[in-house]
Amino acid sequence: MAYQIVEGCVSCWACEPLCPSAAITAARPHFVIDAARCTECAGEFADPQCASICPIEGAILDARGEPVNPPGSLTGIPPERRAAAMAEIRAR
Amino acid sequence: MALRLIDGDEGGVDATKGGCAASACGSRPDALAHLPEAVRAKVYNHPCFSEEAHHHYARMHVAVAPACNIQCHYCNRKYDCANESRPGVVSEVLTPEQAVKKVLAVAAHIPQMSVLGIAGPGDPLANPERTLATFRALSEQAPDIKLCLSTNGLALPGLVDAICAHNIDHVTITINCLDPDIGAEIYPWIFWNRRRIKGRRAAEILIEQQQLGLEALVARGVLVKVNSVMIPGVNDAHLAEVSRVVKAKGAFLHNVMPLIAKPEHGTFYGLMGQRGPTPQELRALQDACAGDMRMMRHCRQCRADAVGMLGEDRSADFTLEKVAAMQIDPVAAMQRRQAVQAAIEARREAARATPSAQPGSVPVALTLPKRAVEAPAPAATPQVLMAVATRGDGLVNQHFGQATEFLIYAVDADGARLASRQAVDRYCTGPSDCGDAEAALAGAIRALAGCTAVLCAKIGFEPWGRLEAAGIQPDGEHADEPIEAALTAVYREMAAAGRLPAEPSPAAHRQAC
Repeated sequence: MAYQIVEGCVSCWACEPLCPSAAITAARPHFVIDAARCTECAGEFADPQCASICPIEGAILDARGEPVNPPGSLTGIPPERRAAAMAEIRAR
Repeated sequence: MALRLIDGDEGGVDATKGGCAASACGSRPDALAHLPEAVRAKVYNHPCFSEEAHHHYARMHVAVAPACNIQCHYCNRKYDCANESRPGVVSEVLTPEQAVKKVLAVAAHIPQMSVLGIAGPGDPLANPERTLATFRALSEQAPDIKLCLSTNGLALPGLVDAICAHNIDHVTITINCLDPDIGAEIYPWIFWNRRRIKGRRAAEILIEQQQLGLEALVARGVLVKVNSVMIPGVNDAHLAEVSRVVKAKGAFLHNVMPLIAKPEHGTFYGLMGQRGPTPQELRALQDACAGDMRMMRHCRQCRADAVGMLGEDRSADFTLEKVAAMQIDPVAAMQRRQAVQAAIEARREAARATPSAQPGSVPVALTLPKRAVEAPAPAATPQVLMAVATRGDGLVNQHFGQATEFLIYAVDADGARLASRQAVDRYCTGPSDCGDAEAALAGAIRALAGCTAVLCAKIGFEPWGRLEAAGIQPDGEHADEPIEAALTAVYREMAAAGRLPAEPSPAAHRQAC
């Protein structure tokens, strides 16, 4: 059982000092979680710490591979609105 | 070179100017005069707080604080485009050691440097070890440099002792509201006591911590400025109350800044079509909040890694690679700074003593007639906005295509008054148009939305046509003339030709979305 940091991570360092298992390292192109160390904060905190401060939707996946913070959940921006705006900008 | 500017609250008003010129009426000879002596001494050389000082002194931010503990709807945490210029955007995040080396290098090469700030790109107090380590080293190795930080305030109450221990001169707290219902429209979440908290409760906690932090800093004698982002329809009607409360609690300055929101930024406000304030709306609110504290109209809303004088950005000269190759003697550099800054002070002192006889000064605008007494004012004299491209010295002296910002003046038959500055955004949407001339021209035209005319030293054929098509009159006829006189002349020419619009409609000034 381990969380995973994936593409999208902006390397902002917010998660790294919070991890009770010291499982997060500053790697390139983005931070990584050592699956052998990650406990998903079980027994330590009510909520997994990295996923509770991460500002980027979709950058952290749970053990099933699902984003802990899916699109729209943190920013409030509906995914279809973002997609439409991006298409508009590209069309300019 | 001493430069006295066009704005009425500039220091050193010329005694030869008679009567009540619109741009100076009610202003003080010294814009800082209302402040207590101890506060004046602290802000006198600070280019961000003193409009006069910003012509002489430089500042820099170091981006050592990447993490943040809240989300604001005007912020996007992707922050690596060098062509963007707005708070929270940086090119490279530094370790404290790299930051110290960079500050010492900049302060050795730019001896006018008086201030070092930490403003992000996240929140300095969400990264307290990194922020405080930087301050600690600098207070030892460059003790003449003033230290500042800018925070959202969430972690502030617990760090007031540390801030005092590190001899930090000024703290800026961004306070956008006192009402949690309004806060819930601005802050989608905070990270507090090891949990992510959303909605009204998040705003309630944030507001409470901001106010506690403000009170504690004031009680300890630390100078506190409050920044607010003006978000039309969200907190604009509330900010006068914010201003009253934070000043009553001891904030020495309340700086109202316009929301910057475009879809390209990928922010909630940008993508949801939230508009920023028009220049008039901003100015009206700043006037309402300021009372007689008309300071910081020159605020540039700098990036979190800005370097140099306000309005210029020399961060490209001080990349990690370049700094690593520099050999710096911090003691010699400090001595040079002290000598250069003593010379600046001597010039400022001399300019105050004899405003019109100061060699090298350009007392242009203030010695010129504010209005043409010989020409009767037209019956209808609408106030319009006009933009100026300038490299400084109070003159219309910059090529349109080289302007990275425009000064926006409110002009009517009584004269011209600095209303705001508008940066030319060069926001790119990806590598394909990064640094592209077309994107820059589109950005310039967006920056000038709502302006009747733009004055510059020269302008190319294509931008001329594009500006005309956008309803903005380009003018290159007043190159190297004093700004205020040139604006007055253009205003009169346009009035005589019947080309002044009636009072501009607010819609005309909406930021292009």
